[in-house]
Amino acid sequence: MLAYVARRLIQSALILLGVSFITFLLLYVLPADPVRQIAGRSATAETVESIRRQLGLDQPFLVQYGRYLGNLVQGDFGRSYLQKTEVTDLLLSRLPATLLLMVAAILCELVIGLTLGVIAALNRGKALDNTLMLSSFVTVSAPQFVVALLLLYVFAVRLGWFPIGGYGTPAHLVLPALTLGILGSGWYSRIMRSSMLDVLRADFIRTARAKGLGRARVVLGHALPNAILPVVAMIGIDIGMFMSGIVVVESVFGWPGIGQLAWQAIQRVDIPIIMGVTLVSALAIVIGNLLADLVAPVIDPRIRIR
Amino acid sequence: MTANVSTSPEPADLGGGAPPVWRRLARRRLAVLGLVIIAACVAGAVLAPWVAPHDPNEQHFDGLTIEGAPLPPGAAFWFGTDLLGRDLFSRLLFGARTSLVIGIVANGTALVIGTLVGVTAGYFRGIAGAVLMRFTDLMMAFPALLLAICLAAIFSPSLWIVAMVIAFVNWVQTARVIFTQTSSLAERDFIAAERTLGAGHGRILLRHILPHLVPTLIVWGTLGISTTVLLEAKLSYLGVGVQPPTPSWGNIIFENQTYFQTAPWLVFIPGAAILALALAFNLVGDALRDILDPTQQGRD
Amino acid sequence: MKRLVLSTALAALMALPALGQSAEPNHGGNMIVTYKDDVATLDPAIGYDWQNWSMIKSVFDGLMDYEPGTTVLRPGLAESYDLSEDGLTYTFHLRPGVKFHNGREMTSEDVVWSINRVVNPATQSPGQGFFGMIEGFDAAATGTAEGLSGLSAPDAKTVVFKLSRPDATFLHVMALNFSFVVPKEVVEAEGADFGKKPVGTGAFRLTEWTLGQRLVFEKNPDYWIAGVPYLDSFTVEVGQEPVVALLRAQNGEVDVPGDGIPPAKFVEVMGDPAQKALVVEGGQLHTGYVTMNVTQPPFDKAEVRRAVNMAINKDRIVQVINGRAVPASQPLPPTMPGYTKDYAGYPYDPEGAKKLLADAGYADGFTTEIYAMNTDPNPRIAQAIQQDLKAIGIDAAIKSLAQANVIEAGGAGTAPMIWSGGMAWIADFPDPANFYGPILGCGGAVEGGWNWAKYCNETLDAKAAEADSIVDPARAGDRLKMWSDIYMAVMEDAPWAPVFNEQRFTMKSARMGGADALYVDPVSIPVNYDYVFIKE
Repeated sequence: MLAYVARRLIQSALILLGVSFITFLLLYVLPADPVRQIAGRSATAETVESIRRQLGLDQPFLVQYGRYLGNLVQGDFGRSYLQKTEVTDLLLSRLPATLLLMVAAILCELVIGLTLGVIAALNRGKALDNTLMLSSFVTVSAPQFVVALLLLYVFAVRLGWFPIGGYGTPAHLVLPALTLGILGSGWYSRIMRSSMLDVLRADFIRTARAKGLGRARVVLGHALPNAILPVVAMIGIDIGMFMSGIVVVESVFGWPGIGQLAWQAIQRVDIPIIMGVTLVSALAIVIGNLLADLVAPVIDPRIRIR
Repeated sequence: MTANVSTSPEPADLGGGAPPVWRRLARRRLAVLGLVIIAACVAGAVLAPWVAPHDPNEQHFDGLTIEGAPLPPGAAFWFGTDLLGRDLFSRLLFGARTSLVIGIVANGTALVIGTLVGVTAGYFRGIAGAVLMRFTDLMMAFPALLLAICLAAIFSPSLWIVAMVIAFVNWVQTARVIFTQTSSLAERDFIAAERTLGAGHGRILLRHILPHLVPTLIVWGTLGISTTVLLEAKLSYLGVGVQPPTPSWGNIIFENQTYFQTAPWLVFIPGAAILALALAFNLVGDALRDILDPTQQGRD
Repeated sequence: MKRLVLSTALAALMALPALGQSAEPNHGGNMIVTYKDDVATLDPAIGYDWQNWSMIKSVFDGLMDYEPGTTVLRPGLAESYDLSEDGLTYTFHLRPGVKFHNGREMTSEDVVWSINRVVNPATQSPGQGFFGMIEGFDAAATGTAEGLSGLSAPDAKTVVFKLSRPDATFLHVMALNFSFVVPKEVVEAEGADFGKKPVGTGAFRLTEWTLGQRLVFEKNPDYWIAGVPYLDSFTVEVGQEPVVALLRAQNGEVDVPGDGIPPAKFVEVMGDPAQKALVVEGGQLHTGYVTMNVTQPPFDKAEVRRAVNMAINKDRIVQVINGRAVPASQPLPPTMPGYTKDYAGYPYDPEGAKKLLADAGYADGFTTEIYAMNTDPNPRIAQAIQQDLKAIGIDAAIKSLAQANVIEAGGAGTAPMIWSGGMAWIADFPDPANFYGPILGCGGAVEGGWNWAKYCNETLDAKAAEADSIVDPARAGDRLKMWSDIYMAVMEDAPWAPVFNEQRFTMKSARMGGADALYVDPVSIPVNYDYVFIKE
């Protein structure tokens, strides 16, 4: 087991290396000059060249990449080109908010999605099932901005139950987490439903029922644990996705997460920030998948870690 | 956690008595509804130049109010107009082309690639499996947005580039989920039993593993229609896909979403179209799955 | 020897609210402003976006300043200046008793150090080029010399600038953020973090900066203009989507949505009399224009460019953006000195345009591309222009890209046409020269320059230099006339098609007081924090 985790961590390091290389390459190839963004619109050609030299951006690709890696292993993510702030400071200032929202959102997704999925499976073919199916498609097809703004408008502006965006108290967390929870629940509920249906048909369920076990016990104790496997994989995917930042929800609710930082950096070609954010989210993705792969055998002992 | 008594569903026996698939499909009302919706979308896309009442790109002088606000659905413009005074209905018809290509082709490709990768990795495991899954991790962490911006600047924007980018990016999630499920299925006792009986990998995959994956694939494929259509809008915003004024359901929503309180038809009508298409595929897919699923034999 | 004196006694008058405001300004309170983007930096040598521009003006000061809400220069940290007869030597006499936020008194050494810092290439300041008229600039800017040879501080209260050429824009440069005075010891101590922990002489001090969330500015009790600022503090909240900021403003939580009224809400807000009363409308030193690359056929023919000018239906475009702008006839905005009144520009005449195209040999039209920035409403405007061009036979494919990509294409000269919206030139200072050099002059037509039309007219460049050498205030009118002629000549050549001048609409809460002009301050964008107050 430990050997497996160690192996995965080494592989993850290689993946991060690969991601850093690809990202650096894409930024190098991108026809948008970061030096022009720094030098501003009134700069002379000499100023531009001078800045380019100072930042080492006139060096060949491998030299620049090597220098970046060298700094990286010492924990130095560099300084933002435009803000001159340490990238580590910028990242650390936003990570707690992102993590908090991620955990809350995943919880909401699970609660809403799994419940609805189980209910749908148990009422297969009936009107309730079809209604729930419709609602999951609606939530998945709805544009994030619209849902976020709607919830904000109804619950914060009109009803005044929650603050209109912002960060700091649990009350501020509710609406953004709920928005993400609703938007993502469609996937979980559909997968849960189909997984449950698959499991409910299995012989061991018939056996359990034949033994006289109550419905609830059968569903919760026997069917659910077996059906939940694909959900685990999805949580891994979700962790990765949330850590890459969800710009839209963050900006509607004024949530100081990584998404806004990344989006702004991309617009302004602020390379150190883009690299930093990409690496952080890559790390989250590999960890999320690793956790999913470690939890899966716990749920289904047949899966062996090799 | 109770141990499962494994059972193997027998392959469907469609000899002799059972009616052909399409007839059984036709008997299910919801499936028929789904087929009708899909047919309508395709017909709308193909026949758009003849059916559309207006040129989708024509900005009508009488399509806006004096203050420049769009018109709600009415007699002259059935679904209303957009922010430049263009007929929404016509734009929806022409937009179907883009969205169908994305929703079906790009999404379908992503689905197929994801399944291949996930099944291979989950069934064969070992080094090949590990390599494939790490590659999947890499692709998941890949800065797709940057790639899109680079492509936008280098190539002339086209629908096929954005379709490619979407397929390139979207297969990873399917791969992860399929991998986990296949890992579980591959370890079941009946698989080992089949192998000792001499069944080849192909037969096992096709007859024992794949049928169990179909429900997941249906979910992923149908929900994927919605997400890919919306993703195409986001990528077009960055300059990768179709450029204005070419419409697509996704980009109509995207460019008008801040106006949804004052001009809700611009968001809800195309949204309903995307929803309908995804639902339609789901209805058909579900029905097909039921028909082909041997444990459902005799339940029509 | 010319003199302009403003005694300290008169300085007390500067504390009165600008422009004949009837209400007595109230002291106290905290104003809340929101923005979508994070504030980049408050280092005056580096900060160059419209968002931090006025915040920096509140934390720092320069030798010159502007009357609040206007484009009229007035003395700042300098209480007077002398100009030599040949127009080459400016001697500034500093106001006594000005203190930095850390308590230390400001001297002429600080002024010299601050400006040398901006010119020093190691600082990477985007404002370096503005000081090109000072003697010794070339050596200092390339790093060969320690500082500007033409800049000196003969005593603690005097700063002398020797210019290499007379320059009418010099006083404006002294009012630019880049020439603001910073304390050497703090900059050296903080290093690159100075932008996050700024210390200056301004009306406000930065007391809190929570990255990604908010900045809090508190009143400087020792500010050298007595009685100013009126607010106790103002808070800047970042990361707020404009639509949500407006909702919060309507709910009374926000005083000024810094990004303005989002297009999606504009008609609704202006249609409601109660809300409309809270909106201040003002001009900006901004023009939205279409550039045409004069080095690429068919835009190398002036007739083609004039045809484009005549093909664009500006009124309809203004309608599409809900009337937020006024049609433009020339490069300069109406509020800019040097604007040629009563110049009608090219009329909207598609038939005439087609004829011009035929004269130029393009009777069947041609295909081309028009680049635009991808944020609303720019793609829409580009599409409206596209339709207008189609009507005269020009088939323009739209390339709607991220801002950095469009700027790159413009600088590289690969874009035949660019709609400037979202990246359009907003004047650095209210002088016609600023609208010429970087965007229409030969200097900006180089690779990477902002002159996307790649227009280079040596005769006009010479005229511009001549106009800028008129430093005698008595001849200011002549100078403006020269500039007006230059821009008329530009319109004759038509490297641009000016489309509209965007108006600024600032929404403020009912409790905010102060002259309207302060909320659409042409220099201190968007709001002049020093002079607004909260009514009681």
